[in-house]
Amino acid sequence: MDALLTEEQKMVKDLCRQIAREKIKPVAAEYDEKEEFPWPIVKILADSDIFGVYIAEEYGGMGGGVFEMALATEELSWGCGGIALAFAATGLGTFPIILFGSDEQKKKYLPKIAKGTIAAFCITEAEAGSDAGSIKTSAVKDGDHYVLNGTKQWITNGGEADIYTVIAMTDKSKGARGASAFIVEKGTKGLEFGKKEKKLGIRGSATREVVFADCRIPRENLLSREGMGFIVAMKTFDYSRPGVAAQAVGIAQRALDESVEYAHQRKQFGQLISSFQGLQFMLADMSIQIEAARAIVYRAAKMVDSGEKNIAKLSAAAKTFASDTAMKVTTDAVQILGGYGYMREYPVEKLMRDAKITQIYEGTNQIQRAVIASNLIKELKKK
Amino acid sequence: MCAGCGLCVKVCPFAAISMKDKKAVIDYDRCNLCGACVEACKFNAIELKTLERKYDHASYKDVWVFCEQKKSVVQSVAYELLGEGRKLASKLDCKLCAVLLGEGVKDSAGALFERGADIVYLVDSPHLKYYQDDPYSKVLAELINEFKPEILLSGATTIGRSLIARVAIKINTGLTADCTGLDIDLEKKLLLQTRPAFGGNIMATIITPNHRPQMATVRHKVMREAVVEKTRKGVLVEKKYDNDVLSTRTNLVDIVEEIEETVNLAEADIIVSGGRGVGAPENFGIIRELALTIGGAVGASRSAVDADWIPYSHQVGQTGKTVCPKIYIACGISGQIQHLIGMQSSKVIVAINKDPDAPIFKVATYGVVGDLFQVVPALTKKFKQILGK
Amino acid sequence: MNIVVCIKQVPNTTQVRINPETNTLIREGVESIINPFDMYAIEEGVRLREKLGGKVTVVSMGPPQAEGALREAISMGCDEGVLVTDRAFAGSDTWATSYVLSQAVKKIGDFNIVLCGKQASDGDTAQVGPGISTHLDIPQVTYVKKIETIDEKKARVERMTEEGFEIIETPVPCLLTVVKEINEPRLPSLKGKMRAKKTEIKKMTAEDLNCDFDKIGLDGSPTRVVKIFTPAPRRGGEILTGEISEIVDKLTRELRSEF
Repeated sequence: MDALLTEEQKMVKDLCRQIAREKIKPVAAEYDEKEEFPWPIVKILADSDIFGVYIAEEYGGMGGGVFEMALATEELSWGCGGIALAFAATGLGTFPIILFGSDEQKKKYLPKIAKGTIAAFCITEAEAGSDAGSIKTSAVKDGDHYVLNGTKQWITNGGEADIYTVIAMTDKSKGARGASAFIVEKGTKGLEFGKKEKKLGIRGSATREVVFADCRIPRENLLSREGMGFIVAMKTFDYSRPGVAAQAVGIAQRALDESVEYAHQRKQFGQLISSFQGLQFMLADMSIQIEAARAIVYRAAKMVDSGEKNIAKLSAAAKTFASDTAMKVTTDAVQILGGYGYMREYPVEKLMRDAKITQIYEGTNQIQRAVIASNLIKELKKK
Repeated sequence: MCAGCGLCVKVCPFAAISMKDKKAVIDYDRCNLCGACVEACKFNAIELKTLERKYDHASYKDVWVFCEQKKSVVQSVAYELLGEGRKLASKLDCKLCAVLLGEGVKDSAGALFERGADIVYLVDSPHLKYYQDDPYSKVLAELINEFKPEILLSGATTIGRSLIARVAIKINTGLTADCTGLDIDLEKKLLLQTRPAFGGNIMATIITPNHRPQMATVRHKVMREAVVEKTRKGVLVEKKYDNDVLSTRTNLVDIVEEIEETVNLAEADIIVSGGRGVGAPENFGIIRELALTIGGAVGASRSAVDADWIPYSHQVGQTGKTVCPKIYIACGISGQIQHLIGMQSSKVIVAINKDPDAPIFKVATYGVVGDLFQVVPALTKKFKQILGK
Repeated sequence: MNIVVCIKQVPNTTQVRINPETNTLIREGVESIINPFDMYAIEEGVRLREKLGGKVTVVSMGPPQAEGALREAISMGCDEGVLVTDRAFAGSDTWATSYVLSQAVKKIGDFNIVLCGKQASDGDTAQVGPGISTHLDIPQVTYVKKIETIDEKKARVERMTEEGFEIIETPVPCLLTVVKEINEPRLPSLKGKMRAKKTEIKKMTAEDLNCDFDKIGLDGSPTRVVKIFTPAPRRGGEILTGEISEIVDKLTRELRSEF
């Protein structure tokens, strides 16, 4: 795969690989256990310029795109899918600014993010998950300000992030055209956070409710124009989806690596269990699926970077396939490690717990399939 | 002249020779000029060209040992070197001399005669009370230039390694550090210095064919101490030097001691060591308990130290301490070469490890494949019984 | 401050093995790395520059591939890299190596401090650092675990000893060899890696350095390697089996006799 990468892409991949192995892997279990936010790792990533990988050079970044971000996310997720989210979910929170921000907004926020300021994206609410269109958080214009009211749920990096990109309704009567996107900074009066959620997996990442209680923000913090909210959201997801897929690939790869190593050490019936064809075939299938997932993720990421308009179908396919693969591979990994796999002392049960979320967030795999199907029909109609 | 036999290819430790069209070809980027191929070639097809120079060796005689002292106490490594030095001096049929620098150390000269020194060269001055690079290296250089020893040995200690390296450059001679073996080539009357390289994966024998004195440093606990002969006497040669020689550019402002364990690891006869298998800092408690019960010191592998489970002063191995106890009990230590270097000359090695393939079992006198969390406490309990504690 | 850091590219010793049949070093697949102790010297040099301003020049004597090590040092923050390379240096022992490096330091120009790692993991002699300072006739402090203060006139450092440490004041310019306790080397940054890729590494030959030809290479080396062999392996003894109580009984009996 390396032969397909440019020198700069290799640098990103190698550096993230080094960080994952030397800095993240040794502490992953502890962060999972303690459910703390990995600030020390954030500092390492910031010092190594990883946060700026997908940010333009003029704003202090490396000038790469979604592909470089996917490379970084995959390698970091190999170390820990939860810890990697501090970086990956910041990407999600940043894309609205990159894609729709004005020059002033980009100049104001992107350099900070490139240096390691955490960001978060807020759209989901208690009553609006897959049905993002029925969000209720409102943004009412009041002179030179907007006043936000409402509660966002399950926001990754919520409470830790300094920068929040938020989708809220500015005109309920307009339905899908009635939402707008805003930037809200931590410390703004009226921006509060709920308790940290206790999760099945990715416990090294912080998930909280983000509450807007008469939160007043300057009107300069509106991204693009009123009514663009859902377009901002959809495009943002198109750009971040390869990242989620890459996270799934990283987790799956780690599960495979742990399984192979274990199988080649464990002896039963006088032999290494890696010599049993039953297990060999399992490992082979895991490997095949991971390579396929990686290939589709790379292709989707490259497509997004190329500026192609019709990226939704491939992007959704990559996310779906990679996350389903991660779930299967990590479950198989636990099976291969057997009793040991079930024990928290061994790393694979965490991988299985971490993998599950990739099938759910940033659009459930059911929604992804619906997106793919509707795109297929759209294409048919065009012919 | 090359017959294409390929012997040189096999012998080269750096894989620098390959066969092309049935002739040996040397890759000069890999060649380290060690000369192994020259020796191996039966057809004299390889030549190592060196400058021919004349050297005056006849005026250099005697084996010297630099005797390190701290707080006017001669360090035991000096006695080990006197023991080894005597063997070398006998083979060369020359004298064994000790060099002692310090302040108020004249009384220690007697101990050096008892350990076999024929002559003690003493320089006593307030400037030499504590080790400083400048005065010590200048004084030693002056002594060497005046009395011309053919061999000079020193302990490979913090002091020894700084001092001797400087002196070797200053007087333009060869130095081999951390020798594990010393011998004399009787035919050529050369000091054969054997030492590990590449982390101990290979051993190299080195000579200083032309320059004098031939200098070597030896690690503590590698050689056997010289036997004490209470009635032995020798000649004391005291030298004085002026401020030019005794001056120092650096200044010792303070000495801070941090002795943690009551049993000094480097001197211990029994050591119980913990490695990665110990798992957590609090688990070192069971290692400490066993050590305490049998009167041993606590050691550690690099893994345990790097994980911050135990301070670096306990580290045994290539980048830690070399130890030579009677009993070394390795718990949860895999036995990487870098660790083995530090303890493989222990008399009895006991290894306790879950992994039956751990390399340490290849060198252990007694190996136990098992869970150290069960074995070690059981051992402690049994020893307490036997020792009546 | 003008800081010069001397580094060496070495094979990763954890991977170096002897082929048991031929008694030779297996070099294939053994990666080359910056000598681990030198990483601490590089980090300290970069930290000093961050605190006091100035420039860090990293220099290495080695074959052409050692350029990779210099670039890695630059990606950690060093400003310039110098590769001292020449066939004439082949076979150099520590005397000749420290002579060549001292000529390189002189050529690099005005410097306040030379930093070296305590020792190289392949040769393990710890002689080159002190050798350089002697050739340059500057004061040295070895085994430095902390630089308390430093300016253009003097430095106050902590030197590690077997019993603890000493506090030493030394005039500047000086040479320091550092130990692992001094810092935690940083990972390279992407910007650093990109800069390292673009930076031109200065190359210097024996002639560029005005080297005395009988002080370099094999001819300049007082010591000579005459033999290389694998160490006699220590033989393993016995593996004790059975119940833990049986094992413990046997073990305590055997060990008791050693007390």
